[in-house]
Amino acid sequence: MATVYINDKPVDIGTERLNCVQAAERADVHVPHYCYHPSLTVVASCRMCLIEMGDLKDGKVTMIPKVFPGCQTPVKDGTVIVTGDYAKRDTSVPPLAYDPKYVPADRAKKAQADTLEGILLNHPLDCPVCDKAGECKLQDYSFEYGRGETRLVDEKNQPPNKPELSSKITLFTDRCIMCTRCVRFTREVSGQAELQVSSRGHHSEIDIFPGEPLENKLAGNVVDLCPVGALGSKDFLYKQRVWYLKSTDSVCNRCSTGCSIHVDANKDVVFRLRPRENPQAQGYFMCDEGRHGYHHADSTERIARPLVRRGDKLVAIPYLDAAQEFRNDFETHLRLHPGAVWAILSPFLTVEEAYLAARWLKGKSQQVKLALGHVPMVGEDDTYPKDRRGRPIQPVKFTIRAEKCPNRLGVEAVLRHFEGSVVPLAKAIESAKRGEAKAVLLTGGYPDPGTLNVFAEKPNDLMLAVTDIFHGAATALAKYVFPATTFSEKEGVYVNYAGLAQALHRSCKPPLEGRSEGQFFMDLAQRNGLFNAATIRKELAAEIRYFAKLADGIPELGVKLF
Amino acid sequence: MSAKTVRWVEEPKMGLFERMYLPAIAQGIATTVRHILKPQVKTEQYPEQEPKLPANYRGVHRLNRDDDGRVRCVACYMCATACPAHCIDIVAAPAPAGWKDREKYPETFVIDELRCIYCGMCEEACPVDAIELTTLYDLTGLSREEMIFDKEKLLSVWDQTTKAGTDPVRTKSGHYGPAADLPK
Repeated sequence: MATVYINDKPVDIGTERLNCVQAAERADVHVPHYCYHPSLTVVASCRMCLIEMGDLKDGKVTMIPKVFPGCQTPVKDGTVIVTGDYAKRDTSVPPLAYDPKYVPADRAKKAQADTLEGILLNHPLDCPVCDKAGECKLQDYSFEYGRGETRLVDEKNQPPNKPELSSKITLFTDRCIMCTRCVRFTREVSGQAELQVSSRGHHSEIDIFPGEPLENKLAGNVVDLCPVGALGSKDFLYKQRVWYLKSTDSVCNRCSTGCSIHVDANKDVVFRLRPRENPQAQGYFMCDEGRHGYHHADSTERIARPLVRRGDKLVAIPYLDAAQEFRNDFETHLRLHPGAVWAILSPFLTVEEAYLAARWLKGKSQQVKLALGHVPMVGEDDTYPKDRRGRPIQPVKFTIRAEKCPNRLGVEAVLRHFEGSVVPLAKAIESAKRGEAKAVLLTGGYPDPGTLNVFAEKPNDLMLAVTDIFHGAATALAKYVFPATTFSEKEGVYVNYAGLAQALHRSCKPPLEGRSEGQFFMDLAQRNGLFNAATIRKELAAEIRYFAKLADGIPELGVKLF
Repeated sequence: MSAKTVRWVEEPKMGLFERMYLPAIAQGIATTVRHILKPQVKTEQYPEQEPKLPANYRGVHRLNRDDDGRVRCVACYMCATACPAHCIDIVAAPAPAGWKDREKYPETFVIDELRCIYCGMCEEACPVDAIELTTLYDLTGLSREEMIFDKEKLLSVWDQTTKAGTDPVRTKSGHYGPAADLPK
């Protein structure tokens, strides 16, 4: 058992191997830092985390008369740490027996102010036009720890910007503070080491090797890692000031890894996705497929209104009329020949939505057949880091999965409960081709147009109803088309490849006449009221044992179902 | 608040003389007669006579131009953020290729002059002195659309007011801030 004292406060760290920054975090003391990141190697180059250190032995504190970089200095039993924030310490804790001549935090505070002055020497201070302003660590720490004014009389370095760094990322070279987080990321996590530091001293710059831009699939993370506004995402560049964005916790829907994300949206438009730290799901990062994969949400091509076939044409009619017409039609089929009615539940539905659909149909007749929707698979699981030739190396730090849907396991669990087994989509199509199926409800919600092209042709007497985001071969044949919603527009739970159930939260309204599938199935089942994910979750947790853990809400980082 | 801290005040009682109200009437007539004989208030004969307004009057906005005639605004959204009436709408974009001194400029810049409360916070927030309120006060229009000023209209207010010489630039001693004042 090891006890560490941070600003007089004792913290028991057990047998863990921690550095001063991590140990201080345990005592709710934040040590400011730029270059340190828990998933990257420590270089201690920014000097922002400078602290004072000492030893407590026999009730007496011996302080070492210099400052240490907190990120690089491990703690042991009896270590005393004094940070620059000593004045803001928890005063209810009795102070340690320091040497009477020692002034706590005097050195650390001055060292941090000096560090910031050094960092700001060449910083252009163009905060008004910098996209990072508002969430910039340089702004925050300068405000809290820095000096009010500069003493520099010479001209600042103004190296030219490097928009050619990558097709997705631009570098504002003059804003860089040389923390090298991006360089270490490309070396240690994505592995292909596209970035490097060129030149020396005040002239050092982040750069690529000539003709080899930063184009790996994890490249977008360097923008999040950058503590200042040097690396900017071209996708988000100048789109919004960050203080207008409202951040909602959600789950990426682009593959079955199910990365925890922040959805940053303003006025019902998603502007960017950021990874949310979650050791159970993906760690600290997310891939560019997910990061830039939200544009379908505000595409003008989206199906935004319920459409009903009148003769040859699909005609937009109000949602309630369309839902009622579809329900009457579908329930007639259910009455006449329930064994010839299929519902295909897409792996893009949330658990609640799949449950509501299954509950409604199986409540009408046990003979209705439920099948799992199309599971898009692209290539093979893509693991990082990779070496310079693009071959994966161990240990794996990030995986982009081949299964490009977020909730296969969740929907399968619902299907297994109601159907007994998971019926593949192929069986439904076969049955439709043989003319045995009379009515099919095909749910989609696929973010890429053209994914749901499974019904290339259909028998004339088959009644096909489709919910999807984009038009395709299936909607062209359908009698009813309903708009589907995407991850930013619904509440619910996705279960990732490892059985981790995470909650989605709504950040935007669905387009025009769109309703979330949850609401749609509630209306079809003629359940009163508005769709409420938590209520439905309680119900399904009581009914399906697989989801029993979801009954009392879902923690921020999700809950493992098995 | 306790009952002890409350102090009750009685209004003074009027005597018989005051209750006749005749002295007050006489006082009023005296004031009227004094003003007839010797007028003390001078009525401004608007619109024949234009008022002379102080230079810090807060009228219609303008977008200032720099020495090259380009819009000075760098689309930082400070004015839109400071605006209590939410009447400023900006769409930012990377600056045209020829503009060497800046990276960002406003693609559109729209002020809803009807929604604006003319508080001047936008002018105060601007780091490059690009938006200013002028002494143009007689703002009229025949439709709501007409009162929504876009970038061209706001720049034309600059042209109009600088040509007329009514509104000199209210700069902060010629210093435009780091974003606009890069060395040439």
